[in-house]
Amino acid sequence: MNHSSIIRASALEYVRGVTSGEFTAEEFLSETLSRVGEAETRYHAYLRVEDSQRLLARAREVDRGIKSGQKVGLLAGMPVSIKDNICMRGSRTTCGSRMLEGFVAPYDATAVSRLHAEGAIIVAKANMDEFAMGLSTEFSAYGPSRNPWNTEYVPGGSSGGSAVAAAAFECVASLGSDTGGSVRNPASFCSVVGYKPTYGLVSRHGLVSYANSIEQIGPIARTVSDAALVLGVIAGRDEHDDTTADAAADDYLEGIEGGVEGMRVGIVDEMTEGADPEVARAVARAAGDLEAAGASCERISLDMVGYSVPSYYTITAAEAASNLARYDNLRYGYDLPTDGYEFNSYVAEARGRFGPEVTRRMILGGYVSSAGHAGRYYLKALKVRAKLTREVADAFASSYDILMAPTVPILPFRIGEKSDDPVSLFMVDLNTVTANLTRRPAVSVPYAVSAGGLPIGIQMMADSMQDKTLLRAARALERKRPPLPEVPD
Amino acid sequence: MSGSGRGAGGAAGGAAPRPVIGLEIHCQMTSLKSKLFCPCRADYRGMAPNENVCPVCMGMPGTLPRLNAEAVRRGTMIAMALGCAIPERISFFRKNYFYPDLPKNFQITQLDMYGDTSIGGRGSVLVGGRTVGIRRVQLEEDPGRMIYEGASVQNRISLVDYNRAGTPLVEIVTEPDFEGPRQLRLFLQMLSDMVGNLGVCNPALEGAMRADANVSLEGGNRVEIKNISSFHDLEKAVVFEIARQEAQHSRGLEVAQETRHWDAARKITAPSRLKEEEKGYRYLLEADIPWVRIDAETVESLKSRMPESVSEKRERFVSRHMIPPQVADVLSSDKMYSDLFDAARTDKNARELANIITTDLMGLAMASSAAAAAPAAARDDVGGDAQKKKHDDPASDVIRVDGLRELADAVASGQMARNSAKQALHEMAKTGKSFAEVSSEMDLGLISDESELLGVVRSVISEEPQAAKQAYSNPNTVNYLVGKVMQKTRGKADPQVTLELLKRCLLGD
Ligand SMILES: [Zn+2]
Repeated sequence: MNHSSIIRASALEYVRGVTSGEFTAEEFLSETLSRVGEAETRYHAYLRVEDSQRLLARAREVDRGIKSGQKVGLLAGMPVSIKDNICMRGSRTTCGSRMLEGFVAPYDATAVSRLHAEGAIIVAKANMDEFAMGLSTEFSAYGPSRNPWNTEYVPGGSSGGSAVAAAAFECVASLGSDTGGSVRNPASFCSVVGYKPTYGLVSRHGLVSYANSIEQIGPIARTVSDAALVLGVIAGRDEHDDTTADAAADDYLEGIEGGVEGMRVGIVDEMTEGADPEVARAVARAAGDLEAAGASCERISLDMVGYSVPSYYTITAAEAASNLARYDNLRYGYDLPTDGYEFNSYVAEARGRFGPEVTRRMILGGYVSSAGHAGRYYLKALKVRAKLTREVADAFASSYDILMAPTVPILPFRIGEKSDDPVSLFMVDLNTVTANLTRRPAVSVPYAVSAGGLPIGIQMMADSMQDKTLLRAARALERKRPPLPEVPD
Repeated sequence: MSGSGRGAGGAAGGAAPRPVIGLEIHCQMTSLKSKLFCPCRADYRGMAPNENVCPVCMGMPGTLPRLNAEAVRRGTMIAMALGCAIPERISFFRKNYFYPDLPKNFQITQLDMYGDTSIGGRGSVLVGGRTVGIRRVQLEEDPGRMIYEGASVQNRISLVDYNRAGTPLVEIVTEPDFEGPRQLRLFLQMLSDMVGNLGVCNPALEGAMRADANVSLEGGNRVEIKNISSFHDLEKAVVFEIARQEAQHSRGLEVAQETRHWDAARKITAPSRLKEEEKGYRYLLEADIPWVRIDAETVESLKSRMPESVSEKRERFVSRHMIPPQVADVLSSDKMYSDLFDAARTDKNARELANIITTDLMGLAMASSAAAAAPAAARDDVGGDAQKKKHDDPASDVIRVDGLRELADAVASGQMARNSAKQALHEMAKTGKSFAEVSSEMDLGLISDESELLGVVRSVISEEPQAAKQAYSNPNTVNYLVGKVMQKTRGKADPQVTLELLKRCLLGD
């Protein structure tokens, strides 16, 4: 790697470095922007990079603030990126869809205003599967992102752009969104940390809804502590989102080095049994690491996990059909004159811009929640979800602090390899959807790289609002794991 | 519910089965400050199109509904007043359908489904001596409004104004317990009195209260009538629809189960063009709004906040303030006037005050409502509702209530005649002058000076010899003569003094 090494700093290193005068925010940002220019020719992590002159002016402001001893916020000019389904005032927000090609957000998402309030500099909007439906970014209407570990491979999804950007030093950290694994899956495939908070910990105000009953915005970063730092900035009660928990802003770095001594870890059979052998071996070694650090690990069976994916797809499709109904192109969207249409024909024409995966899920969602079929599909899926939630709640209440499994049962796959086979893609979600359906926090921690040079991540899950426990366990695993090779470039 | 069932046929030609009518009433919570899910104004009237909107009520990507807690409280009060069961927790549903006036292409509403309930469960009210069942009370958002321009259907342009989108509505669904239009009228009157009295809605505002009706003949199919813009039209629509169904029945034809709309111009109901037929609305729980718990404490505190009901108020007027029942009926059913009454009354003036308000003040308001000025002047007097206040001088409210009190006091204590009071009121309303100014300027005081009245009394006696003679034996005739004196003095004669003088003159002769 011949670019300056300062941009490889973790978020904590960045904050230390910039506030101690080791480098300036402007230097760091300008190095980052030149890295973006060079890396984007190969990775396509970003859909749009903000105006560099304006970004650099912000960085200089931070530098002046540091010099004159003013408050510059916890993130002090740190370059971050956000997934393109998170609204930023005055900036286009397309959700990776041609349907919203012309949509400029008129307001800031709460996560964005909180990042800004702590001095972050948002440099770009990251690529994603259209409306967050997918797990490879191949469903982006603007072309797939590529895995920096091997550009022939998918980076995972749907927050693929965010994971690539963090892995390839195109930002220090990024925000993704996780509906069924969309933060953890690409984090696992790109060997970065992806954190899905307890439902309600982070405001969804400004996150374009896909399946609103289960999704959360979550940080993607290069270390567990970096994810905790960013989480602390964006978490907390928000008056714009009635579903946010009544928790005040908190410091998620507090106690993070506390270790796993005495923690009880359950390794979920149903999530490990069918895994790729290299992935399964990684889980076994991770369990050994945690035991060496003082935790006790044992196998646990969760019967309902086998039904989680169909339940997940039924619920998300039903919610998607409702959430995406507003895109009729009447109030915002893209340029399509209305001459010669009446309402129904215009809406039908306008909605033809949705890509095939989004269309598939909306049709499916309309079907499973329609009057004649809801009982057999949607309501049954809700029942499965309720039973799964009970089972998981019992496991935490009676025996375990942490449930562990591979983040994804398989290794990253080649671009194009599975895009014709949506059903087999669905099974990639097996280990991640449980946290969403049960609203529990979960994290993917990079653990190893396969013989073929592809990353393997370990998923940990904790009980509701036990995000600090989860971060502590994830940090312990990160500290104990064997050294990871550097991302090739 | 009278579902599909057997046809209206059966015994064609026999006596028509009795009509069965149910209502769905939509009442806008016009008295709230903000919309149901965003900070825009609840009362959008008088604003330029699409001025009263924000990203939330425009359904912008990424926005979330923020439930107006006051709407939940006021809705619960309506449910309580209708005798409904109050659930421990409520939730919201999405009703999914495409229509240009719906920014999200779904409406957030409430249902009793999947074990979740709306804001009010089963209840009932007594209307004209009969019980009307309430199926449920629910909160929901109003859609925007469609405006059509263009000369013909071919070049018609549809415009949408979203100012109304998201306005809080309370929907009240009744059981099919109405047998005819008279009962409907009584119920709707009771309901608009109630929502006005609870300070939820100003029913006088155009479009603030709307209704759909379900009409069937017992055992026959149910017809839903939509697009009824006023309660007056509701009655006409129901009368028409019953007649139409009875005509079908007498010819042995089955009444089709359908949705019809009221054509106000042609005064008929007609089948609705296919809009969103019963494909189903794919109801989903609205996950963006968590369960709202309505605990016993909340219910208790709302109960204590509940204003006196219209019937309680009427009862108080009659029993405590000795107001005749007919006057109390009128006074209690109007929140503005009854508030005014309570603000201006004293132990002594209550009866006269009630008379002045129900005849003179209401008459004045009605007479000038065409000019649309006086009712506003009167409305400002109440001062209770911030939204209704048109001026920011708090003193003027006090003066007006005070003026009314002084006027009633003057009449009650015999210092002013009833007729003069009416004139004084007109003058006060017109000029905004105080009671003292008006009464001195207009010379409205009573003539109680004996020497001044004696001449009038004598001339009346000489003009009415017949009556004067009968007055010895018939006391009613004395009253007749008092009336004549009043006429001559244009109501200013002190009745007490006049009577004394009459008796003295007649007996003394
Ligand atoms: Zn609004």
